[in-house]
Amino acid sequence: MLWQALTLQLGYNATLVAIGAMLLGIAAGVSGSFLFLRRRALVSDAISHATLPGVGLAFIVMVALGGDGRNLAGLLAGSAISAAIGLLCVQWLTRNTRLAEDSAIGAVLSVFFGFGIVLLTVIQTMESGRQAGLDSLLLGATAGMLRSDAILIAAGGALTLALTLILRRPMIMVAFDRDYAAARGLNIRQVDFATMALVLAVTVVGLKIVGLILIVALLIIPPVTARFWTDRTERVWQFSGLIGGLSAYTGAAISASAPQLPTGPLIVLTGFAVFVVSLAFAPGRGVLAAGLRHISFQRRVHMRQGLLALAQGQPIYERYTIRLLMRAGLARADGVATEAGRAGAAKALLDEHRWEILRTMSDQESATALYDGMRAIETVVTRDQLSEIDARLTAPRDVPA
Amino acid sequence: MSGAEFVPLSLTPMLIGILAAIACALPGNFLLLRRQALIGDAISHVVLPGIVLAFLVTGTITTWPMMIGAGGAALISVLLIEAIRRLGRIEPGAAMGVVFTTMFAGGVLLLERTDTSSVHLDVEHALMGNLESLIWLDARGWQSLLDPVALAGLPSELTRMALTCLAVAIFIGLFWRPLKISTFDEGFAQVVGMRTNLIGLSLVAVSAMAAVAAFDAVGSIIVIAMFICPPAAARLVTNRLVAQVGWSVVFATLSAGLGYVLAGYGPLWLGGQDSVSAAGMIATVSGLTLAVTAFIGPTRGGQQG
Repeated sequence: MLWQALTLQLGYNATLVAIGAMLLGIAAGVSGSFLFLRRRALVSDAISHATLPGVGLAFIVMVALGGDGRNLAGLLAGSAISAAIGLLCVQWLTRNTRLAEDSAIGAVLSVFFGFGIVLLTVIQTMESGRQAGLDSLLLGATAGMLRSDAILIAAGGALTLALTLILRRPMIMVAFDRDYAAARGLNIRQVDFATMALVLAVTVVGLKIVGLILIVALLIIPPVTARFWTDRTERVWQFSGLIGGLSAYTGAAISASAPQLPTGPLIVLTGFAVFVVSLAFAPGRGVLAAGLRHISFQRRVHMRQGLLALAQGQPIYERYTIRLLMRAGLARADGVATEAGRAGAAKALLDEHRWEILRTMSDQESATALYDGMRAIETVVTRDQLSEIDARLTAPRDVPA
Repeated sequence: MSGAEFVPLSLTPMLIGILAAIACALPGNFLLLRRQALIGDAISHVVLPGIVLAFLVTGTITTWPMMIGAGGAALISVLLIEAIRRLGRIEPGAAMGVVFTTMFAGGVLLLERTDTSSVHLDVEHALMGNLESLIWLDARGWQSLLDPVALAGLPSELTRMALTCLAVAIFIGLFWRPLKISTFDEGFAQVVGMRTNLIGLSLVAVSAMAAVAAFDAVGSIIVIAMFICPPAAARLVTNRLVAQVGWSVVFATLSAGLGYVLAGYGPLWLGGQDSVSAAGMIATVSGLTLAVTAFIGPTRGGQQG
């Protein structure tokens, strides 16, 4: 069943939904990465919660005009308008009052959502509102979706993705270096506005699939995950789109494979699984890689300090140091240096003396700054400089046996 | 509106709403100043899986397991946010976004996969609370306030909320100086020997306690709104912390009281028949107070002045 779902064999609607979700996930991952790089990830939370009153009002207006209140296009249009108003409120509060952005986000989020709930209770008392099913927009529901709705979502996902790809260059520039972008003649406010408009579009299209409470996850989790894999801005948005598309597609497919598997939560949990794997295993920024780096650093410090102790005839008390030296064949179990150990110790001591001389040379400050107690000096200075340093060395001392 | 109708049907929900609002607004003042305003938002999302798990374990909807589940979930989320922030070197806002959405998604999935048809447990309930149902059936009118038999029938949420509110107030009162100093100048607080990490952590813990207690009674919308809107409005009215806390209590009381009345009786005045969501209305009124202060508050000033 799951395999069928993943290979799009569960019928026309499920296929459309899975493809729409994937397109939406890619668009969300890409536009979310610009929000994330601007450190404004949670603005999307305010936008998504602010859609609710628009949904309610759109329903009421459509019913009042004699139409079908459940028309998805109408509901989405309403949600876009109220989300835009919410976004403007956040920006107005941040700019014109002393409130910080996070307070403005929280205020808009809770008040708009509260007002939306008031409208939903009004709708419940309306004649045509009993089976409105508007609460499906809270958590997303793709089961039993109308074909026209599925087409609308797939088209919306494709459209937002296209817009994101068209607008990516200026957004990258602003996200990466605001001042440089401004100097290049970009209008920062317009670019910011475009980013926000894209986030808004993603939110609105995502309402039916993921629901308004969880859509923010599609905008945050993929970029945060992508950031583990790369330090380059272009790569962040590409990876982020990939991760977003992958988790949305997988989540939607799993959800279609059995009843009572809500789409939105599954997409979010799939994304989180990718996040956890990345957090643990990503090279460079992952926890495992950091741990390995730490261990190898520790080992180098112990080796170096052990060799220096051997060179100066000091006893080594640290068991770990002796074990390391023994394993490398540099010392015996009682802490006495072997032949190779004496050579290594002499080299380490020579290095330290050379560094000491390098530190007294005022024109070598930048080279001196690289000193970390482990680095061999040959990797820092040229051969000519090295012989200059060696000329100042005092007579070599014998390493005590 | 007579006492015989008002006291049993409206007095206790209104009081519970006001107490919940104050319990959240008090720590909200400090969270706002410390730029942690969205913690209330995060906590109110993550309690859902805790409550569902508590239900799965005990099989009933009783208060204490629910509170323990919710508190445990809040604690786990704080630890997770901290761990992800440190291990992954991710900015706090994004780490928070990852954690609370995931935990909420887990809660929804758990809820959908378990049979809760026999009990009143669903996402809407968690969001909107059941303020309107906390009525005082034994009351016959104002005279019941002096009647010990009727008083024994008060909804237990009222006592619990009152105790929570008191505990929060005592915490703020006792630790006023350290809270104030570490909020405004963390470096100075460290220099004079305060353990700022501990202060920050206990503030979050107290906020979580208030949020969980209020969540049980009134739903998460009020919790989020009350953590932010009254303190934010108060901040636009005064520069002094004491006055800000005082004003936030006033605004919280006003929002909860007025919101409840408007939700219960507003539609009737407009010719409607049914009331609307009290939780939603309270949040709306708190937003209106914030809007008013944002336009006319004496210290609303922009970032420049």
